[in-house]
Amino acid sequence: MNARGFPSWLTLPGVQWLAMARRWHMFFAWALAITSICYVSYSVISRHLRRDLLPTKKDWRSIGNTVKDHFFFRHPTGDAAKNYNVLQKLAYLSVIFMLFPLVVLNGLGMSPGMDALFSGWVDFFGGRQSMRTIHFIVSWALVAFTAVHLFQVVVTGFWNNLRSMITGKYRVPPEARHE
Amino acid sequence: MNKDNKLTRRSLLASTFAGACALTLAGCQKLSESTWFSKILGAGEKATYKVQRLLLPRKAMAQEFADADRSPQFRSNGTSTPNNPQYQALAANGFAGFRLEVGGLVDRPMSFSLADLRALPSRTQTTRHDCVEGWSAIGKWKGVRLGALIETVRPKPNVRYVVFHCADPMEEDGSSPYYESIDMEDAFHPQTILAYEMNDQTLPVANGAPLRLRLERQLGYKMAKYVMRLELVEDYSKIAGGKGGYWEDQGYEWYAGI
Repeated sequence: MNARGFPSWLTLPGVQWLAMARRWHMFFAWALAITSICYVSYSVISRHLRRDLLPTKKDWRSIGNTVKDHFFFRHPTGDAAKNYNVLQKLAYLSVIFMLFPLVVLNGLGMSPGMDALFSGWVDFFGGRQSMRTIHFIVSWALVAFTAVHLFQVVVTGFWNNLRSMITGKYRVPPEARHE
Repeated sequence: MNKDNKLTRRSLLASTFAGACALTLAGCQKLSESTWFSKILGAGEKATYKVQRLLLPRKAMAQEFADADRSPQFRSNGTSTPNNPQYQALAANGFAGFRLEVGGLVDRPMSFSLADLRALPSRTQTTRHDCVEGWSAIGKWKGVRLGALIETVRPKPNVRYVVFHCADPMEEDGSSPYYESIDMEDAFHPQTILAYEMNDQTLPVANGAPLRLRLERQLGYKMAKYVMRLELVEDYSKIAGGKGGYWEDQGYEWYAGI
């Protein structure tokens, strides 16, 4: 009972309580599934996906400079700040269309009920224990993305970002003088 | 803004963040312990049950494996020798005196010896057993098809669940016998059997002799071992803790298809 994989402040519930942990997990798995379906269908229908997320030809050409900007911690100003930059777009796309689908497919594949739906699903990912490993690693990748994402939200103008997420109104940062 | 101010603001932010985390964690612990919140979280189980029943064809089969895929040793989990004198007397005699009682809401309550059960339609299957704790094992099972067994006692039309009453007490003092329940859709699934053989041998005591349930589309704790009596019911809320099974009474989901 005393051996723990993770400290109690990191687990839900804090005590080792598998039945309750499963309740939290399955409830929020449904919350994730429902919000994901809403978000992805809205993004396709409203053309948010095409307009804001898919990289344009210009984006691909600017990739070198964008990497350099990130490296030197320069944030876009003026009109450039109105659009996602290419690294941002690639990060969002891979989270939405790679990491989330992977975490869901590997999680659901551990369900003995869902296994009966498609034969070969579990074998495709290398068996049930491989699915457990993939589910776990991808979950941490999502946590890492969230940490970087929140960090960027804070350092590039917290209130302005928050307001623009909720209302769509974004105040363009003034042109900064680079010294 | 001078350097000192910045530091103060940063440390203020940091301590606010730490405080918020601590509050959140304490709150989550309280929520976990409260009945009302646990009920809300339980909506996840209900949704899973409904949606899986909707998505899965009635006869969708759990994956079956080749003999060569079997685990070298099939782990015995939970009880491995029931602390029950009556059971031990039966076991000492090779279960010669064993009778499986089948009753409840039926027109023809009956009891079956192991020879009677072997004479009924059987099924052999090599399947993967998934435990809620995370481990899996592949084993080969042979047993009587539960659907065929239930038909012989003529269930009444209002029957909704089959309850499995077992010989193994879960408390040291010999109380709280293990029990489980499943719905009629699962009871009549072709892979749902009361197994009397494992890996071509008579079912060992450690794995639930003389009879254990195999319910291949759900987790291991549903698959009651040491099954002594079947009771066909409309409602299980009056049995033991009222949640439909020993582990369910401890807070685990009744529908363990995930």
